[in-house]
Amino acid sequence: MFKSKTKILQLTVTLTACAFLLIPTLMSVLAGVTANYFKGVSSGLTLKWVYKVWELYADSIFLSLWLAIACLIVTLIIGLPAAYGLARHPGWLSRLLEEFISLPLAVPGLALALALLQLYGSMKGFRASWTFILVGHVLYTLPFMVRSILAVLAAMDLKTLEEGAASLGASPWQRFRDIVVPNAMPGILAGALTVVTLSIGEFNLTWMLHTPYLKTLPVGLADSYASMRLEVASAYTLVFFVLIVPLLMAMQWASGRAQRIAK
Amino acid sequence: MTNRQFVLACLTPLFIFSLAFLALPLIRLFLASGEGEAGWAIYLDILRKPRYLNTLVLTVLVSLATTFAALAISTTAGMFLSRNRFRGRGVLLSVLTLPLAFPGVVIGFLIILLGGRQGLVNQLTPGHVVFAYSVVGLFLGYLYFSIPRVLLTVMAAAEKLDPSLEEAARTMGASPYRVVMDVIVPGLMPSLIASGAIAFATAMGAFGTAFTLATNIDVIPMVIYTEFTLSANIAMAAALSIVLGIVTWALLLIARSLSGTTVAAGG
Repeated sequence: MFKSKTKILQLTVTLTACAFLLIPTLMSVLAGVTANYFKGVSSGLTLKWVYKVWELYADSIFLSLWLAIACLIVTLIIGLPAAYGLARHPGWLSRLLEEFISLPLAVPGLALALALLQLYGSMKGFRASWTFILVGHVLYTLPFMVRSILAVLAAMDLKTLEEGAASLGASPWQRFRDIVVPNAMPGILAGALTVVTLSIGEFNLTWMLHTPYLKTLPVGLADSYASMRLEVASAYTLVFFVLIVPLLMAMQWASGRAQRIAK
Repeated sequence: MTNRQFVLACLTPLFIFSLAFLALPLIRLFLASGEGEAGWAIYLDILRKPRYLNTLVLTVLVSLATTFAALAISTTAGMFLSRNRFRGRGVLLSVLTLPLAFPGVVIGFLIILLGGRQGLVNQLTPGHVVFAYSVVGLFLGYLYFSIPRVLLTVMAAAEKLDPSLEEAARTMGASPYRVVMDVIVPGLMPSLIASGAIAFATAMGAFGTAFTLATNIDVIPMVIYTEFTLSANIAMAAALSIVLGIVTWALLLIARSLSGTTVAAGG
């Protein structure tokens, strides 16, 4: 009897938490397609707010997509070889370097953005270009890429595989290309999806680094929450959900797969 | 090229990037904190001046409340979901982890939809119940952010917990309360501390949620932002950032050493 009571209590807490997370999300989706939110759904469903968002914010949506792709490319170029280097030389120096590049996971984006602004804010050309925002995004997402690949590489017997290839005359570059990269693929995929998802949603750094001509999707969202009517803000949030939710699901699938391999 | 040279070459881009865009900016930020009128005594000012001290106390209190609420809710839900298999379990789990990808600003907006002037609660209840822009709204926003993160950490630990220990305790006549207190909580303790530290650190540093909701509330990230943009008090903004960064970093270091998880702080 008491056992079932405990279960009912647990279920109630679980369902309440679900309701707390889901209800406002659904409200925002609904408000984005309602003709007049104040009057309610009876005023009719419409896509005009979504069109309005497209008119107002298409630029920021494209900027975010572009930044996410650029961020992915840069984190791959820096992160893939770095993960390999860290995996081949596990020692206190590698641990320290890994720990150091992971700082942006722990230090709030606001503080990192202030630090970047202090050092580079006076370089007007750099400060005003999209690459300044890109630096912030790479800073924040790079540790995810490195750790994701490193976890997969650390689980396999890299040394034996490479020695085998070296004895057959493969150069370090050939071994990297033909052994390391194919074997690291699950980690690369999981890292890539994480980088893109995080880059598209990044706000804390971007808000400080952006200029009026360079607004990313989340910056535009904050803008619409402050100055647009509720329906437009909701429709914009809806567009964001449509973009981010499939990415999140793909990311969770890929990370789960990479973790199983890493074990 | 020898093997060693190749490996070093692999680490070079990472080294250069983190030197140029992480190490040097952080050093510059630290130096900037001492360049104000107060000099290095600015760190004492944080504790001496009521405005900053009150901000610090309020931020810690809201973050603590968030931590305990998120721990209570997510541990209950997490244990329930990992111990029971039923239809719809996957759906509940998806709903509870969905907000992982929501930035703080979006969560702020969702709280406005619940407790703002046109919000759900105001529509359903008589009288004007508007809590979105108060400390309650901020607390709910942080809670929204923390529930999925704590849940994932707790569930990962719960999977490793041996159910036979609970059965043994039960057959020896322990009440469900004693089973929870003497078997489950101690077993989960490392991950509870770890996820608690994650929740606390993210709440301390959450800027996006505060930016949407805390227009009239002084929490540390908002004060850093206003000191920097409105009052151009760069030294104070830098000093507060350094203190905040050290606190959140130390907390997450503890979290990682206890559970080995890395849930994105973000926010």
